[in-house]
Amino acid sequence: MFALDPLFSGNFDTTVLLIVLGKVVIAFALLLVSVLFMIWFERKLHADMSNRLGPNRAGPFGILQTLADGIKFFFKEDLLPDRADRRVFILAPFLSLVPAFLVFSVIPLGGVFTAEKQGIVTIFGRETYLQLADPPIGVLLILACSSIAVYGVMLAGWSSGSKYPLLGSVRASAQMVSYEAALGLSVIAVVMLAGSLSTHDMVLVQAGEGFGGILPRWNLIAAGVVPFVIFVIAGTAELNRPPFDLVEAEQELVGGFHTEYSSIRFALFFLAEFMNTVTMSAIIVTLFLGGPAGPTFFGPALMWGPIWFTSKLFIFLFMFVWLRATLPRFRYDQLMDLGWKVLIPVSLGWMLLLATLNVAGDAGWNTFVVAAAAVLIGLLAYLMLVGAIATSARRREQAELEGSIR
Amino acid sequence: MNLLEGLTPELVVFVLAGAVCIVGALGVVLNANPVHAALSLVATLFGVAVLFLAQEANFLAAVQIIVYAGAIVVLFLFVLMLLGVDRAEDLSIDALGRGQRVAAGIVGLGILALPLLALASTGGEATGARPPTTAPNAIDKTTPDINQLGESLFTTYLLAFELTSVLLVIAVVGAVVLARKVKRADYVEDPLVPTVSEAPR
Repeated sequence: MFALDPLFSGNFDTTVLLIVLGKVVIAFALLLVSVLFMIWFERKLHADMSNRLGPNRAGPFGILQTLADGIKFFFKEDLLPDRADRRVFILAPFLSLVPAFLVFSVIPLGGVFTAEKQGIVTIFGRETYLQLADPPIGVLLILACSSIAVYGVMLAGWSSGSKYPLLGSVRASAQMVSYEAALGLSVIAVVMLAGSLSTHDMVLVQAGEGFGGILPRWNLIAAGVVPFVIFVIAGTAELNRPPFDLVEAEQELVGGFHTEYSSIRFALFFLAEFMNTVTMSAIIVTLFLGGPAGPTFFGPALMWGPIWFTSKLFIFLFMFVWLRATLPRFRYDQLMDLGWKVLIPVSLGWMLLLATLNVAGDAGWNTFVVAAAAVLIGLLAYLMLVGAIATSARRREQAELEGSIR
Repeated sequence: MNLLEGLTPELVVFVLAGAVCIVGALGVVLNANPVHAALSLVATLFGVAVLFLAQEANFLAAVQIIVYAGAIVVLFLFVLMLLGVDRAEDLSIDALGRGQRVAAGIVGLGILALPLLALASTGGEATGARPPTTAPNAIDKTTPDINQLGESLFTTYLLAFELTSVLLVIAVVGAVVLARKVKRADYVEDPLVPTVSEAPR
């Protein structure tokens, strides 16, 4: 289970260097193109869902609209507020853009995931994976990048020297730090199944014949559906997308953290936001839906990896737009309640349950008895949590009452 | 050519990451604005993470970023912004009295002298090179470092690990209790302040 990219097992020569450079360029270009597409897709789909036309002027179906907007951003005046902290103000957009790029480097984009091929493809006579990098800490790199992304939002709001951006960034940092915990806890379930942190190994365990020969062997099913649901909810909150877009709640905060930004600096934030949407979908696909693994039908097997990956990716891109078009925004206390009182306890409990079953399987205990005991203990813990929350709420009410009488 | 002779990739990475660490550390101390100081701290943490990576401690590098840069410094910044103490301070005022800076300088130099002495006594030099695999307690290169770390944490050092986690829980509970106590202090009767019932309606 310690498979490095076979590209680096031989000697390192010009061919290897060129392959790596090619991968970098392709991953970079692919992400940018998918962002261009995603912005158009979101506007068009959102328009359809709210019975409007959406962009329809630039190019067929308005597909060039994003390009036109991008060019416009370049030629706008770049404002730097008087009270802004100049250095941090300039730095912040890049801090949110770079992590968005980095995450994409560990996503497997293709490959032949059969028992003998193990996801290896041959390019120019060299065996390699179809992903830019496969570090042994792949999943942790994703979590690290999502925790670094907080800085961009936070510092943008602070350095603007204005109150609405500051409020937006304080909201953002609280929200992202709270939901990171749930995100990490739900990832542990997947890591336990794969026995590895490498994203390539994640896809590998999900490839092949699944349950009963009909269902795929995805982590979505193998981990129970709970970690998947929690990951999607927490991921949406990490992205600051509706219904968790309190960071840029227009009715309350003008534009949120990027109110003072204009021109290309604003475009960088915009780009980072959509890039994060695409990479978050790619992460969900990789961790829970088997990434590029899937059956091959006709033609070269190499072709099917990217096809499966893209079609799975589309489901989640659609879902994110759908959520935005459908759901109203959360209130701030609801957001914190959902994060701390529901998502974190549930994901923690589920992780413990999966770990218990794992140990029981290794020790050869009766799975049913162990599961029943674990669920019972979990229920007890849940009741204690509910009791604690109810008690604290009652005490707070009482204290307020006493305070008002005195 | 003589200059480039000892220039291994490890040394280059070591020097660059070390420079980032030191510049960041100086920034933490010398920046007048607390937010800039916190950002310099992030630079130092990244430098340390790169040094960990160069020693093939992948997991430690990731944790360094996730926990320190991603959680702790974010918390610092959060508190700075929430309390509104994010404006530049005049560093020429010695807040804790005259001798404080001198004492701090002496203690800092003493702490710096310790590792330098240790380095000198072993006759070694800092090169950033990886330890030889033939060393008596060298790490096993065939399994990932995270597996080895997990195994020693949950077998050999289990007691220490659990005790540390209990200590952290105690610290959290203590922090909550202390924070609540401040609120209770509001209820202390102050003869000078009229209570609600006494106040004129």
